[in-house]
Amino acid sequence: MIPALVALPAMAGALAFLLPWVAARRALLPAAALAHAGLTAAAWRSRPAPALGGWLALDAPGLVFLTIASALFAAAALYAPGYLRREGTGSRRDFEEGAFFADAPERVFIGCLLLFLAAMTLVTVSQHMGLLWVAVEGTTLASAPLIYFHRHHRSLEATWKYLLLCSVGIALALLGTFFLAVAVSRPEGGDTPLVLADLVEAARAGADPAWLRVAVVFLIVGYGTKTGLAPLHTWLPDAHSESPSLVSALLSGALLNCAFLGILRTLQVASAGGAGGFTAGLLVGFGLASMIVAAGLILGQADYKRLLAYSSIEHMGIVSLGIGLGGAAGFGAMLHAVNHSLAKASMFLVAGNILARFRTKSTAEVRGVLGAMPVSGALWVAGFLALTGMPPFGPFLSEMLILKGAFDAGRPWVAAGYAALLALVFIGMSAVVLRMAQPGEDGAQEGFLREEASTVLPSLALMGIVLLLGLFVPAALGETLQAAARAVGHAP
Amino acid sequence: MTTLADLLLIVVILVDLFALASSRLGALIRIVALQGLALGLLPLIAHHEQLTWRTAALAGGSLALKGAVFPWLLLRATRQDSVRRELTPFVGYTASLLAGVAIVGAAFVMGSRLPLPFPAVSDLLVPVALSTTIIGQFLIVSRRKAATQVLGYLVLENGIFVFGLTLSVRMPALVEMGVLLDVFIGVFVMGLAVRHIQQEFDSIDASQLTHLRDLP
Amino acid sequence: MIAPAAVFLLGLALAPLTGGLIVRVKSLAAGRTGPPILQPYFDLARLWRKGTVRSTSTSWVFASGSVITAAATAAALALVPAGGVRAPLAFAGDAVLLVGLLALGRFAMVLSAMDTGSSFEGMGASRETAFSALAEPVLMLVVASVARASGGLSLSEMLGPGLPAAWGLHGASLALAAAALFVILLAENARIPVDDPATHLELTMIHEVMLLDHSGPDLALMEYASALKLWIFGALLAGLAVPVRTGWEALDLAAFLAGTAAAAAVVGLVESSMARLQLARVPQLVVGAGALAAFGVVLGVRA
Repeated sequence: MIPALVALPAMAGALAFLLPWVAARRALLPAAALAHAGLTAAAWRSRPAPALGGWLALDAPGLVFLTIASALFAAAALYAPGYLRREGTGSRRDFEEGAFFADAPERVFIGCLLLFLAAMTLVTVSQHMGLLWVAVEGTTLASAPLIYFHRHHRSLEATWKYLLLCSVGIALALLGTFFLAVAVSRPEGGDTPLVLADLVEAARAGADPAWLRVAVVFLIVGYGTKTGLAPLHTWLPDAHSESPSLVSALLSGALLNCAFLGILRTLQVASAGGAGGFTAGLLVGFGLASMIVAAGLILGQADYKRLLAYSSIEHMGIVSLGIGLGGAAGFGAMLHAVNHSLAKASMFLVAGNILARFRTKSTAEVRGVLGAMPVSGALWVAGFLALTGMPPFGPFLSEMLILKGAFDAGRPWVAAGYAALLALVFIGMSAVVLRMAQPGEDGAQEGFLREEASTVLPSLALMGIVLLLGLFVPAALGETLQAAARAVGHAP
Repeated sequence: MTTLADLLLIVVILVDLFALASSRLGALIRIVALQGLALGLLPLIAHHEQLTWRTAALAGGSLALKGAVFPWLLLRATRQDSVRRELTPFVGYTASLLAGVAIVGAAFVMGSRLPLPFPAVSDLLVPVALSTTIIGQFLIVSRRKAATQVLGYLVLENGIFVFGLTLSVRMPALVEMGVLLDVFIGVFVMGLAVRHIQQEFDSIDASQLTHLRDLP
Repeated sequence: MIAPAAVFLLGLALAPLTGGLIVRVKSLAAGRTGPPILQPYFDLARLWRKGTVRSTSTSWVFASGSVITAAATAAALALVPAGGVRAPLAFAGDAVLLVGLLALGRFAMVLSAMDTGSSFEGMGASRETAFSALAEPVLMLVVASVARASGGLSLSEMLGPGLPAAWGLHGASLALAAAALFVILLAENARIPVDDPATHLELTMIHEVMLLDHSGPDLALMEYASALKLWIFGALLAGLAVPVRTGWEALDLAAFLAGTAAAAAVVGLVESSMARLQLARVPQLVVGAGALAAFGVVLGVRA
């Protein structure tokens, strides 16, 4: 079944490039997404067997991230046909600068979206570190054309930065993978294992500490670049704000998690090899740095899509911090990954609606969202509450768990800094979001327009799940999250 | 005793230094292709006792890709660029060269601190890998033209490839093929992007790609 | 047993021949026959017979400049071995004295050029000093590389009987050092691509322009000093690049002489195949040679 999980979107993607009929292509997207979601649901019922000699297997962390990716892709796929219909064909005016630009061919968009899903799935099911690397690089290559959908110079700039910085980062991760292989290799020879289970065993048997540490540094820097941890995050605001909203939703919600999976695997091996504390320290450091950078640049942010992008950096920092602290914070971090992804994707889809309606990305110019688009407006405010950790939404629970974990681990200063940064982000975001939702000072209001179902239903569904998770975590999900936290747990 | 493998690795470093010093785009593309050729020959020399189909395929694949395909892609992508020279890099050529020598020295020092736990085909593998990787990154950071940045990425990948060679007998072929494939697609996509940048901005000066920013 | 003094005298006698050989090679490459190989000797003899004309704006600095230059360069020659044969003066660290004596010669030349008060000479003097400031550290790096490889501390030991073994062990390092030394030879002796010795445009000259006001015996001494400098560098390069140390001194000497002739021929070929570099690019060339030499040192230290 696991090969089917990867092959299904891959073949659908190839098909999208070949099909000449517009309607068929647009229908292919939700069809493939729902089929993929179905397979994922089946994987929850009964864990599928490993494939390819143990190279592909679905363990707890992989299952969590796979589910997130699948759910988000389904939401995006339901949003997409309406979006593509509204985009239409031909050139149009760029509302920021007034120049003309065209869109990329639709088949490239749909095909790359499906290949993107295939690559992300491959990341989540990879148990072989080399294959994991190939898959992560694959996601970079599949998503670059998606960022360059609106073909103007700003998105070209964003695409170029994304491509170059992520490829360089990932290349360093490859070097780290090689260093890891050297760290666990035996002088007398024999095949160096790169399958996770074998690596963990070999590391436990005895790993060269110097090589292991160097490997950990390179792997975290490499995969951290793709995850958007500061100071390696500089590509993120540009890429996530210039791409179409549904692509931003996938990038922020699914891709960052999949890249983080690389870091989780590193932590697994490092803990077995005795460098767990070292790795955890690095993760805590990067997490706090990300939160600081994000908080600094959210205050006074003039572009609401960039605001959401910085919020992604902040939340990945929180996840990294939680995993680094371990214990209860580890479970909190895994829960937070789920909560953040769903909430962020919902917010980006809503941002897409706002952009289509108000035709500007500036936070100063958008006013009265609640009045003009009631459903989207309500979701906008709800999403803000969710992302800043307000009850009754899910992130409140996960962020509190991480705070508790910080105290449990005996690091009150980390906890204090964490809480302070969360407060700062709340202040920054509230000013922007609430002002956008309410009518402007002069009372002028954009006309009320009925919203299409396909533009709000996906966001509504995602936000509903986030609300639900704030009130009650289903047993199956809770167990899997616990298992995931245990798998990457380390002695703090 | 300087073996053939040592000589090839020294060629790799000389190419790095030349890439730091040269401003002509055409010369840069060819010299990086030469580096790729030297690296493609290394697996054949490293395992000449146990030459398998796998090693031969890997060597052949990287020789073809790095020696022929990549230079062709990049030359095509930069064909319309009127000025095929990197005239004003962020770090001048003399400074780049001196930095390169410093990097090579530092890499040798680091290499002596990180001895390989198993015997490899040459002592120079780890220092050459480290210095080529860092020099590749330096090229990306210090050069203006997008095409030169892609060349820096290629040099970076070459450095990592050198390191991969220490393990090629121990790592499955599938992974190495996958790596090669990824690099190929990466360069392909980057070449396309360079072409688009050329068309969009009428030059491939990456310092023009600074529109999106938060801090002025 | 060839006396070291004989080596010294040989150098003194044969130095102008290298210049003639280079010109002959360039002419042959251009399809001409060119002047006789012994032409430099005829030129020196002709200049020596002439009377001296000194500008009224010069002083004793100018008058002594040519003598000091020639003397310093000749003294430097005493430190240079001829392939496997020892130099008359050899002690640990004599490479530093060699560089110092060459610097003294250059200093005297520069001072006498500046003493004339002409702007052309001043321009040539500043260029010469600038490029030498870059070339000297590179020369020291080359010496360091060779010293590390062969284990000796004096030039005669470095280029002595232990050289073939050093090439076997540190071949790459010594090859890089030889390449860097060749570039330094071109730079210090004002050859293409650094300077065109055949140009008559003063604004493009470096070395020639400093000699504009010299005449007669002064000019002869200066030209002879330049020839000696070219012989010294050629001797070092041939000593390094031709590791023939059979122990039979006559054979080693013959190989060395063949090596210097070959070096002169290579310089001639390089001169006829390249154009002169832009002045602003010369530092890049020298730093490039420095990078090669530094890399050679790194390789030598590591092994």
